Amino acid sequence: MARRYADVELGDELPDLQPDVSLETVKRFAHSVNMMTARFTDHEGARKQGLPGAIVPGLMSQALLASMIHRWAPGCHIQKIDTVFRAPILVDSKPTLRAVVTDLDDDSDSVQLDLTIVNEQDETRVMGTATVDL
Amino acid sequence: MQIEDIKKNWVGHEFDVATFEVREADVLEYASSVAESEPRFTDPADPDFQAMETFPARFVSRRVLPESFPRLGSRGFDAGKTVNAYGPIRPGDVLTAKSKIADAYEKTGRSGPMVFLVHRMEFENQDGDLVSVVDWRMVRQPDPE
Repeated sequence: MARRYADVELGDELPDLQPDVSLETVKRFAHSVNMMTARFTDHEGARKQGLPGAIVPGLMSQALLASMIHRWAPGCHIQKIDTVFRAPILVDSKPTLRAVVTDLDDDSDSVQLDLTIVNEQDETRVMGTATVDL
Repeated sequence: MQIEDIKKNWVGHEFDVATFEVREADVLEYASSVAESEPRFTDPADPDFQAMETFPARFVSRRVLPESFPRLGSRGFDAGKTVNAYGPIRPGDVLTAKSKIADAYEKTGRSGPMVFLVHRMEFENQDGDLVSVVDWRMVRQPDPE
């Protein structure tokens, strides 16, 4: 069911989400964006490039956050999404996606969200914002 | 080269135009691999079937930087992306993207000075409608001496 603007309050938190970033799933994403390179699809190949293992593409982090927003507010339109890639997310890890409502615009029925992705140690890997029309 | 020179000589300079066909298979695989839940993004039978708003960030221009752009060092990384979504992008659409350097600025981090270049791609569909603008923030770091 669509989420109504009138039902959203400042400070509302979206349900945390633990996405699937297994090697198999990341490979599927990498294929869909034509980025089948070792740094995303092969742990050993990524280590040869100086990385601790294969990493989740930044594009996938952004798409996962968009998917979380759609799950929270079916039918919404993400007008703008901005993501800052602070540090890599490892493939086969268990990151957590979080979002909180930080602003409301009564004129346009849109909400502003602060977005973060943290790793198992609760360290921020990706941060961002989104403007969402409800 | 100083950042002011880069701003003066390169910011706003359009350096590439490319076309991209939006393939249904890519739209579906993209959405399903991030566990998208909405049928409008996952079901070709949905009357509003379209790509997720973030989808156009997957397209890259033929050149990352303009020809003759100054070399700022071989080290660098992807600092982030911004997508502004103005209209639906649907399978079968043919998008035309114009690329330019939208901004350039400096920051100093623990690893030393960094130049941020904002590569902007403006996407129009086959009807000439602006459907998306994607900013890609690239960081370039000088090579160690």
